[in-house]
Amino acid sequence: MQTFFISIALVLCIALLIPFYRVYKGPTVFDRLLGAAAVGAKILTLILLFGLMFDRLDMFIDISLGYAILNFVGVIAMAKYFRSSARSAK
Amino acid sequence: MSFIQDAIAVILVLGGTFFMLVGSIGINRLPDFFTRAHASGKVDTLGILMFLSGLAVFEGFTLTSAKLLLIIAFVAFTSPVAAHALARRALIYGMKPWYGKRKDEG
Repeated sequence: MQTFFISIALVLCIALLIPFYRVYKGPTVFDRLLGAAAVGAKILTLILLFGLMFDRLDMFIDISLGYAILNFVGVIAMAKYFRSSARSAK
Repeated sequence: MSFIQDAIAVILVLGGTFFMLVGSIGINRLPDFFTRAHASGKVDTLGILMFLSGLAVFEGFTLTSAKLLLIIAFVAFTSPVAAHALARRALIYGMKPWYGKRKDEG
């Protein structure tokens, strides 16, 4: 079961590195924000998977809950910021 | 009983990983911001929900799996809301949707 979880973690790392290309080379700011939110959501699952592998899931669950809340609040705060900003989207 | 539990957990975790990989490829390969928000808001959310419910089934019926169900409910509420907020802000900001003409931006 341990090797299964390690291989799942490797696939998740690949799925985490693919949106980094969109963060690096987004045509607009919103593309970069969307890629950052996707990376944060995959890091949340990776934290929980590491907690399950090291038998400390009760501690890592609180960390991932705080991470999920911060990810959501960050995206909403950036959306609110772009309403009041005068910059162009390009 | 434990074998059935492990089998359900493995199937859910594998399905969640598959959907998260497909969502990542969709975020990169789709031609427009709104289609990318579609991929992030639906496919990624389904992948995360399947993955976390697989971990909860693997853990069993404890306080830890109850907290996992709390995280599942939180992600199910907030991840589409975040994608929708970004897409609505981009539409208000003046980004044009993709009508199948521009090939250079991808």
